Amino acid sequence: MSQFLQQLLNGLFLGSIYALIALGYTMVYGVLRFINFAHGDVFMLGAFTGLYVNKLLAPVLAALPWPVAILIVLVLSMAICAALGILIEWLAYRPLRDKPRLNVLITAIGVSLLIEYTGQLVFGATQRPFPAIIPKVNVGGLGGLTVTMTQVIVAVTAVALMIGLRFIVMKTKMGMAMRALSLNPTASSLMGVNNSVVISFTFGLGSALAAAGGILYASLYPSIEPFMGILPGLKAFVAAVLGGIGNIPGAALGGLIIGVTETLVAGYSDVLGIPSGYRDGVAFVILILILLFKPSGLLGKVEREKV
Amino acid sequence: MFSPRSFASLTALAGALIIGFTSCKKEGGNANADEIVIGEVAAMTGGTATFGTSSHAGTQMAIDEINAAGGLLGKKLKLITEDDQSKQGEAGTVAKKLISREKIVALLGEVASGKSLEMGPIAQKAGVPMISPASTNPKVTEVGDYVFRICFIDPFQGTVMAKFAMSRGWKKVAILTDTKQDYSVGLAQFFKEYFAKNGGTITGEQSYGSGDKDFKAQLTAIKAGAPDAIFASGYYNETGLIAAQARELGITAPLLGGDGWDSPSLVEVAGKAIEGSFFSNHFSNEDKSPKIQDFVKRFQAKHGKTPDAMAALGYDSAMILADAIKRAGTTEGKALRDAIATTKDFDGITGKITLDEKRNANKSAVVLTIKDGKFSFVESLAP
Repeated sequence: MSQFLQQLLNGLFLGSIYALIALGYTMVYGVLRFINFAHGDVFMLGAFTGLYVNKLLAPVLAALPWPVAILIVLVLSMAICAALGILIEWLAYRPLRDKPRLNVLITAIGVSLLIEYTGQLVFGATQRPFPAIIPKVNVGGLGGLTVTMTQVIVAVTAVALMIGLRFIVMKTKMGMAMRALSLNPTASSLMGVNNSVVISFTFGLGSALAAAGGILYASLYPSIEPFMGILPGLKAFVAAVLGGIGNIPGAALGGLIIGVTETLVAGYSDVLGIPSGYRDGVAFVILILILLFKPSGLLGKVEREKV
Repeated sequence: MFSPRSFASLTALAGALIIGFTSCKKEGGNANADEIVIGEVAAMTGGTATFGTSSHAGTQMAIDEINAAGGLLGKKLKLITEDDQSKQGEAGTVAKKLISREKIVALLGEVASGKSLEMGPIAQKAGVPMISPASTNPKVTEVGDYVFRICFIDPFQGTVMAKFAMSRGWKKVAILTDTKQDYSVGLAQFFKEYFAKNGGTITGEQSYGSGDKDFKAQLTAIKAGAPDAIFASGYYNETGLIAAQARELGITAPLLGGDGWDSPSLVEVAGKAIEGSFFSNHFSNEDKSPKIQDFVKRFQAKHGKTPDAMAALGYDSAMILADAIKRAGTTEGKALRDAIATTKDFDGITGKITLDEKRNANKSAVVLTIKDGKFSFVESLAP
């Protein structure tokens, strides 16, 4: 039983990171109706920005208590990646805004490859250790379950960011503009919403979340390389589709489900008869099943094609 | 439409192309009579990059030393290195390129067994002798009689670690395998065979794929069996993370592994978590013998760092090839192959190397442990 609980916990922590990345996919889809495949690579850039920010500010950070230090690293990297996200949108997607959606989709794949291989050129192809910003201690006292400080921080940060996002989307003027744009771009611009600014903001916000996800992921699994974003990015995409693409709580739920299923499959491979190496396949089997039986996702609304 | 002028420019273009192609061929081919061209495939970038760069540093050093001593058969050696980016599929492509375009006389590489298995059939078909410095999977040399290796093989390495575990009194061992790597699967299989036959118990078998970052699920399952040790036969990248996550979950059992651990990256990623774990290797730079210490000194002078096993094996692979070229007196494929096959008691950096009828090297292994962030010598185990 305690083993099962431990596996469940492992899965929830992993899933909270997928959820963070999935939010970025879902937000961009909600506003622009296209999948930003370069999102997983912004996640990778987030981890590397965290590495360099940490290196650059090492003397300052060492003097501060660690919760402040990680907050500084997190906020700075999120700001830098938000700027990068806005830049990507401005350079690659804005010129194609009036073109068919397929063009933007293919461009997104191109941008993804561009970032990966530029990353390989700039950062090098070898794996790099990620500094332990969060102290490596176990938070005990949970009846035989082990939870590390890193995992606690990851979960707390993820939840805080999701609540923050919910607040921005539901309670602020910019959030209302985002929702309006998602509902009907022409009508929203007629109502005085500057669509370009809202789209830039959406990309910035999504990229900041991806960067946070990157740093949290690198803190959990402290070895980073330029291609680290591909698989988590794909799984987060599946999570977004699972929850209902365009739906923010759905993305969070999808992320947790993928994380837990994956961990349970790997942990009980001998019982299930599936080698644990196949854990990644599970996420994609789920994707296929959803597309077959509930294409709108768990929390998504059914959209009828207007003729 | 077809004016004389455009015809003239077309002819000029065609002429330029032909000249371009022929000069290209001359440049790349073995027409240059005062050079012996040797090809090398190594992972200079990607997941196993530290293996590739290390073995390349050793190989290059051997080639430079031979050239400094006057070369072979009155010619200089020229090493052409291709990067396979640690990618499955890429090694075969670049091996083909080296053979068909550069007209190499022999092929050195790869470190990883999976990639050597791709290159073997290509070298065999082209009649170009191939020497792998460090691929330990038995299948590598079974490809054909032109494929050699100068290291021990997985049955030996897996058995050595099983013997070692037995000698430490560890009766219950869990196994964690990288199912994407022939090397890891082979090692685990032979470990299991020997260990189970001699009264040990395997408490659990788990697997993962190279590139995975999360092993908590597998490790939690392993923890339930309370093993004395965990045989983690994968490469250093994943092993570092495995060690860190195992300690986080409160698993204190030491990890055991093979030569795939041999990289500074292992300690960088795992930190304290990997202290007190053990792995088998080809060579220890702590060995006090004057031959090895002299090699360590020369390597440090040239590359500014201490050589690891891959560097020593890379060096030996080039030296054995040079020795065979010298004995054959020619670089013709068949004669060179026969000369390599008869290598006997070659006094290499990684021990006395004799190639058996299966084209594998017979030599002993060393067991290393990680102490204060450094690899330190524990014992030497003979075949």
